Amino acid sequence: MGEIRLMKGNEAIAEAAIRAGCDAYFGYPITPQSEVLEYLMAEKPHERTGMVVLQAESEVAAINMVYGAACTGKKVMTSSSSPGISLMQEGISYIAGAELPCLIVNVVRGGPGLGTIQPSQADYFQATKGGGHGDYRLIVLAPASVQEMADFVKLAFDLAFKYRNPAMILSDGAIGQMMEKIELFEPVPRTNEFDQSWVTTGKTPDRQRNIITSLNLDPYLQEKHNHHLQEKYARMRREDVRYEAIACEDADYLFVAYGSSARICQKAVQLARKKGIKAGLLRPITLFPFPEKIIADLAHSVKGMLAVEMSAGQMVEDVRLAVNGKIPVEHYGRFGGAVHSPEEVLEALEEKIVKPAV
Amino acid sequence: MNLEDIIREENIVYRRTPLLTDKALSYCPGCGHGTTHRLIMEVIEEMGIQSEVIGIAPVGCSVLAYEFMDIDMVEAAHGRAPAVATGIKRTWPGKFVFTYQGDGDLAAIGTSETIHCCNRGENITIIFINNGIYGMTGGQMAPTTIPGMKSSTSPFGRDVAMMGYPLKITELVAQLPGTYYVSRQSVHTPASVRKAKKAIRKAFENQKLNKGVSFVEIVSNCNSGWKMTPVQANKWLEENMLAFYPPGDLKVDGQLMEQGKTA
Repeated sequence: MGEIRLMKGNEAIAEAAIRAGCDAYFGYPITPQSEVLEYLMAEKPHERTGMVVLQAESEVAAINMVYGAACTGKKVMTSSSSPGISLMQEGISYIAGAELPCLIVNVVRGGPGLGTIQPSQADYFQATKGGGHGDYRLIVLAPASVQEMADFVKLAFDLAFKYRNPAMILSDGAIGQMMEKIELFEPVPRTNEFDQSWVTTGKTPDRQRNIITSLNLDPYLQEKHNHHLQEKYARMRREDVRYEAIACEDADYLFVAYGSSARICQKAVQLARKKGIKAGLLRPITLFPFPEKIIADLAHSVKGMLAVEMSAGQMVEDVRLAVNGKIPVEHYGRFGGAVHSPEEVLEALEEKIVKPAV
Repeated sequence: MNLEDIIREENIVYRRTPLLTDKALSYCPGCGHGTTHRLIMEVIEEMGIQSEVIGIAPVGCSVLAYEFMDIDMVEAAHGRAPAVATGIKRTWPGKFVFTYQGDGDLAAIGTSETIHCCNRGENITIIFINNGIYGMTGGQMAPTTIPGMKSSTSPFGRDVAMMGYPLKITELVAQLPGTYYVSRQSVHTPASVRKAKKAIRKAFENQKLNKGVSFVEIVSNCNSGWKMTPVQANKWLEENMLAFYPPGDLKVDGQLMEQGKTA
């Protein structure tokens, strides 16, 4: 049994980073995730494990510091919230193009623009479809609890290094700020067991120089590089799809929801079943790669699906692509910082999915 | 006398450093980039630190600097090299880390990264090529284009009332407590090349002291962008660029110097 603690989601991210053997964190304060940097500074990880923590002058600088450290094979991360993540998109595109492993945490708040500091899930498109310029994908993990905020730090680093690709934890202001009891994993040493042949730490006589770049002026070589990236993303789809199926076996209707919305839908499933509506919940854990196969399979056994997300309807497009017209798929969600209740979600299921089907 | 009789070890007074690759330079003939590349590689060779050096290339004419330097290198996004260097140096404090940046990169789009890196006192070397123009994109006005100077986006000369003033960023960073050595040099004459090399050497040696940023501006030419022959460009540089950007040390061992004096 690991150490049990009552922690905020943001604090869990920070503690897990130290325990996961993270080498460096570069960040910039923004609500609702500033506790990550605050916790790290207070914990003095430079004394605990030798981990570097630095407050950058902007999110733009922070992500480029991440880029630099990632070039040298270090386990490096940053965290921010929506407007800050928008500023990082240039750097993230370069990191994806140069195929560097790193972790980016987005504790999402309502937008667009400066928006609000309340929780939101409206950055789904940005996280899963690229975000910056060019054809690239991030590995996107969606925690639904403070426990997963901690556990996914380690998982994200493992996946980032497995694929030499940036990974994102797409959380939201609710999970970042709420406190829950969690069990912390045992600390692992700050060593890196992954292939280091590509890193830029100084050209030694036994090897050619290493160059890290996303530039390829020859269009045919750049096309080849893009094919290579696409093959990598296809491998992610084959090997690393993660999801949780709750009460799906006998379900007539399905909620599809991730993160905070999945927690709300879990309650809505209970309320529905009390009313005699056989509802289930499919919770994507990896938003990219998206669990499209299980959703396509479930489309054979349920009558309709309701994608519930704190956005005007983003993930619902991926659910519809997976279902491919077989059954009705609708969207419900409060957004702009507002959070739906289990009752509202159940009412939406009845109105949009259950009633039209009768 | 045969060629073999002449080319003997004792007769060799100059050779190309092996730290420059065999790749032909992509720079225009007469451009200061090639000379500056050579000086940096000579310094790294002479210090024997090839296995300890990581260079950061910018966006601009020298975007492909890593093609010519036989060291580990990273290509940064436009203006972000000082942040990338920070990420490397903070996680590898024992390595030698340098950025190589042009004026648009360092003094326009990357001003924030430049100033904050210098102000934090990152223990790195910054080599700043100032030719007063955007060379790669075809000769547009740069943050360092001097008043009255023509470019493709200031075709009648830089009108400071309309376009603002050139930014003397080297003077600016010299004022910051995080810089330890700030010098302005040029590479347009044999004498200036020798002085520039000394400054670059000092800027790399300083990393052993862990005292902050060592910043070397190289006032350079851009024959193509300036629409001049290499000889004309060097003359114009001496008469105009160096009048506005006087060469010399601005800060040595953390102490500000009197303008134009060399330590």
